[in-house]
Amino acid sequence: MTESAISMRGVRKTYRFFALDDVDLDLPTGHIMGFIGPNGAGKSTAIRILLGLVHQDRGDVRVLGHRMPAGQVAAKWDIGFASEDMRLYDAMTLGWHMRFIASIYPAWDKAYSEMLLKRFGLVPEQKIRGLSHGQRVKAGLLLVLARRPRLLVLDEPTTGLDPVARHEILRELVSVVQDEGRSVLFSSHHTQDVEQISDQITFIDRGRIIDSMDKETYLDRWRRLRMEVPSGARLPVLPGIVKLRQNGHLAIATANAFRPDLPLAYENAGARVQRVETMTLEEIFVANVEQSREEATV
Amino acid sequence: MYLQIMEQIKQKIAVGDWREGDSIPSIRQLAADLSVSVITVKRAYLELEREGVIVTQQGKGSSVAGGSELGARLHEEELESLLDQVARLATLMGLEPAELARRLGDTAGQEPATKRIRKRKAND
Repeated sequence: MTESAISMRGVRKTYRFFALDDVDLDLPTGHIMGFIGPNGAGKSTAIRILLGLVHQDRGDVRVLGHRMPAGQVAAKWDIGFASEDMRLYDAMTLGWHMRFIASIYPAWDKAYSEMLLKRFGLVPEQKIRGLSHGQRVKAGLLLVLARRPRLLVLDEPTTGLDPVARHEILRELVSVVQDEGRSVLFSSHHTQDVEQISDQITFIDRGRIIDSMDKETYLDRWRRLRMEVPSGARLPVLPGIVKLRQNGHLAIATANAFRPDLPLAYENAGARVQRVETMTLEEIFVANVEQSREEATV
Repeated sequence: MYLQIMEQIKQKIAVGDWREGDSIPSIRQLAADLSVSVITVKRAYLELEREGVIVTQQGKGSSVAGGSELGARLHEEELESLLDQVARLATLMGLEPAELARRLGDTAGQEPATKRIRKRKAND
């Protein structure tokens, strides 16, 4: 049995206006986890805690077998972290950065770094100052990928990129876990990207983990039922339904704990079920946040 | 998303690119080829196995199942599902079964609609 690449237990961090509360999280080795949630939900705080950059008030954090933050220095050799605000030296070339990182990390893979240069369409002689946003993101990612870290942690790696650049990066991330010993955690607002390449999905809102499980199970729990309702009838909100909207003769029920017998239950309640639709992660994201906000105001 | 992958694999089998007994890519390999998550491909393979389209042997990977006339069966399934859609639409439009059958017969006797439209455009 392989151990988790990341495990967080009962992690708490309190700031004046924000608290990360009782966070439990597990990333199995060899998996890609998509970390999603609205702005200010606590994604970056959680990421900084597991990197040892921010110390938790309490709770247990283990990354690649190291206890954090105590094992931060030892863990760093095996973790590759890239965020939007990667600090590169503007006056230096990409090639200079590559040689610099290679001199620090013995695991630097020269052949892979050269292949990435080609794939990402980057020129080593170019100074960082002259790079576009997309090229800068790709350069930062190249510097991290070519170290061949056992764990990649990426904060919004595809934000602000054009569709082609995004696909190049997603393809690279999927190819990382062809080696079953490597794992990826990435946060993103791009639900489509998360849906495409994640094995695990963790959903966070206002400092709390709402859901954390494998993607297929997660998507499978959500369905939308489109129904026709006879005049005058009101449909009940059955167990597993988070939202029921009835307008004239049409009703839409959103389920977050779908069971195959749910359509039949509505038929028995007098509705005619027209369609049972699966939902995209984007739709689930919105429904989930709406629901948790409603619960909070009750 | 796993449904799309199942569909693609079935198509490959239906058109004969993958034949009975051929071994198919490993889950991680196909995930990398398609840039999708391992768990999605795993789910697709599991469902295909359940449907008897592929077989997986421990340690030997997966291969196309040796069922008889798999291509024909897949076509049959596709036809069934399309007919279901046609029937539903016909009910909504209030078409009588006889009228529906007549139109289906007419369509079957013609060139496919896409070709007809293309031809019409070419003549314009």
